[in-house]
Amino acid sequence: MGTSTNNNDSSNDIPCSYIPVPDSLDAAGAMAEPRRQVKGLLVILCGLLVLFLLVAFNGSYRGSNNAHEQASLAAALTSIVDEKSTSSETVPSSSTWSRGVSAGVSEKSNWLFSSNNGEMYPWNNSMLSWQRTAFHFQPEKNWMNDPNGPLYYKGWYHFFYQYNPNAAVWGDIVWGHAISRDLIHWQHLPLAMVADQWYDKNGVWTGSATILPNGKIIMLYTGSTNESVQVQNLAYPADPSDPLLIDWVKYPSNPVLFPPPGIGATDFRDPTTAWLTSEGKWRITIGSKLNKTGIALVYDTLDFKTYEQIEGFLRAVPTTGMWECVDFFPVSKEVENGLNTSVNGAGVKHVMKVSLDDDRHDYYSIGSYDEKNVKFIPDDVDNDVGVGLRYDYGVFYASKTFFDDSKRRRVLWGWIGESDAEYADVAKGWASLQGIPRTVTLDTKTGSNLIQWPVEEVESLRLRSDEFKDLKAKPGSVVPIDVGTATQLDIVAEFEIEKEELEKATSESNVDYYSCESSGGAAHRGALGPFGLLVLADDGLSEYTPVYFYVIKGSDGNLKTSFCSDQSRSSVASDVVKKTFGSLVPVLEGEKFSVRILVDHSIVESFAQGGRTTVTSRVYPTRAIYGAARLFFFNNATAASVTASLKVWQMNSAFIRPYNPDQTN
Amino acid sequence: MTNLKTITMFLFLFLIAMTSLPSITHCRTLIIPNTEKLMESTCKKTPNYNVCLQSLKAYPGSSGTDVNGLAQIMVKVMRSKANDAINMIHELQRSRPSKALSSCASKYNAIVIGDIPEATEALAKGDPKFAENGANDAANEATFCESGFNGKSPLTQQNNAMHDVSAVTAAIVRLLL
Repeated sequence: MGTSTNNNDSSNDIPCSYIPVPDSLDAAGAMAEPRRQVKGLLVILCGLLVLFLLVAFNGSYRGSNNAHEQASLAAALTSIVDEKSTSSETVPSSSTWSRGVSAGVSEKSNWLFSSNNGEMYPWNNSMLSWQRTAFHFQPEKNWMNDPNGPLYYKGWYHFFYQYNPNAAVWGDIVWGHAISRDLIHWQHLPLAMVADQWYDKNGVWTGSATILPNGKIIMLYTGSTNESVQVQNLAYPADPSDPLLIDWVKYPSNPVLFPPPGIGATDFRDPTTAWLTSEGKWRITIGSKLNKTGIALVYDTLDFKTYEQIEGFLRAVPTTGMWECVDFFPVSKEVENGLNTSVNGAGVKHVMKVSLDDDRHDYYSIGSYDEKNVKFIPDDVDNDVGVGLRYDYGVFYASKTFFDDSKRRRVLWGWIGESDAEYADVAKGWASLQGIPRTVTLDTKTGSNLIQWPVEEVESLRLRSDEFKDLKAKPGSVVPIDVGTATQLDIVAEFEIEKEELEKATSESNVDYYSCESSGGAAHRGALGPFGLLVLADDGLSEYTPVYFYVIKGSDGNLKTSFCSDQSRSSVASDVVKKTFGSLVPVLEGEKFSVRILVDHSIVESFAQGGRTTVTSRVYPTRAIYGAARLFFFNNATAASVTASLKVWQMNSAFIRPYNPDQTN
Repeated sequence: MTNLKTITMFLFLFLIAMTSLPSITHCRTLIIPNTEKLMESTCKKTPNYNVCLQSLKAYPGSSGTDVNGLAQIMVKVMRSKANDAINMIHELQRSRPSKALSSCASKYNAIVIGDIPEATEALAKGDPKFAENGANDAANEATFCESGFNGKSPLTQQNNAMHDVSAVTAAIVRLLL
């Protein structure tokens, strides 16, 4: 085939979406006629190809459809508001009660449009800075979550915690550290452990302390490795003679435990305090899951460096999901004090506790520990691990106990997260609190639940008190309790309903018991409830947080009492959680309704019937703050008068601050 | 041999066409059937199947991934929607600034400096519940921004997109718990 020159023309050009390659390296080269034909064919083919591709792949992407725009917004509202809150009942007509609440507006939309004619309530610095607590543990700034390795050593209580040194959200987690003489007045120390090893590069996560009989401290904690595998690591104080335990050493041959076969690499965390077996070995348990069955793996060790996995699980409960922060400890049936973690025997029950990843709640179960078969057996399978009772029916997670040998008590720490929006946390520069440490004992009167009570040292913060005896509130009334300002309080209150009124009250056959969560809060009246206290209220009752009892007489004539904390009116701001929390509480023959409430700015901790049922909540009022906060006694029942007696203490600050060696205590 | 040259040229052009077309038409990349099945079954478990599928398919590198990977992609989509909103906010602040607009700026700032890094890290490091928290909060922040305008919002499209994508992300993360 010969070549002939050809005007390199533009008539060959057909639009193509690619840059055409030069015809030939030989710029002056001519093309043969047949070659030209082939070229033309190629160009046409290319064009067809382009067309084909365009048709084939185009049209698969469409912009998002705004048809359900309204539905999306409505759905968003329910993510904060209790989805089950009903609006069927109208607000009570009693004028003293319904001040500030627009009658007839449904519950769901109310919280959004109730403030300033629908304008979002603007947070200002005054409101935000009020939220910081006076006597609850929190770092000076940034994010905190799980309590870690609490212990008592050489005269100091030590508290460690998951901490983000860089932001007010979870992330970059390291171990914070603080010390106290009394579990109340804390001093911040330098970070105990940071993410400086490959085996905890992606997180120095939760762990527990074991104090050996010779006084040696063992710390086991979970590390998220540089490949995000969850492993267990050993650490110990660098200098056991330093009572402040400032420096910590990580065992050079860490990790000591890897996820075993069959367990997911990210389903293996939060090792417990160890307890002694009758063979003289140390035993720990670590939570995990298999599909949606929560399980507790068990390991034995002599030196905390090498471990032997025990076959099977300490306990496994289907549908509960991942078990985080497992805790396992004995409680005495006979004596008031706590027990060392290794105790077992006749006068002892065991408690198994888990934090459920799925619902962010802490559950406990009372039962027996079969040491031989390495099993926990719940007393009541209806109250099995993860499906029965909760430590606290409000905001309370990742909790952990330790045995305080100095006072022979078991002490419980719990992480209290925020219930506001992230932008507020960013603005105020911090997020999360710890609850006031509580003692944990078995309720020997019921035998089927624990008793939790704030450690007695919190009472050292009590300043002046006001006492009120036999205040009477008729149905649908509110009684002011004059204590001056009401943002830092310790309240002990008792309520009584006249016996005749209880007997006269009609039974409610359609409900088994009153459910705080789905009740819609204290605005919904019943024959024998709700009644209790309004904390963090303002004079005009535009903001208030009811902590209350609600009694139902069942079809069998028996009374069932629920105890709740209602956040639905806690703030006129619309970007905070407005749920109602609580649960049934056992009230025994001859007992009055009793409650203790710790109010400390944006946290309210309530303990009913001496600590049988507890509810912790976070509230963010905008008006009921500083000098404008008030306390009220209320009775919203329709068929009973309520008599209240209470004592209210102003609470001092705990002056939680960085450690200063020159200051005592 | 000239024929050979033209054929090679054709193949070369074909190659260019195949690789350049996707970015021109914003079409989906070639997706391995297994991943497509995973995307479809995962998206069915979210509150907005269409937003879910479109978001995942539009994202380069969607192939050969697991549910955690899909969640991580959605967090990136969240970031992109947040940026869209922020850009619009800045534009609007030039012509008609308002309190509601400034308030929205702080909400989206929280999404970008708080929620998204938290979700990214949680998924990467293996504690997904914090990713659920971040995604849920982002959806809420978008809602708060929207309601601040009392019905006359100039950001409805952006807020809806932010909300929907965040809600989908939260739903996918829930599958990991």
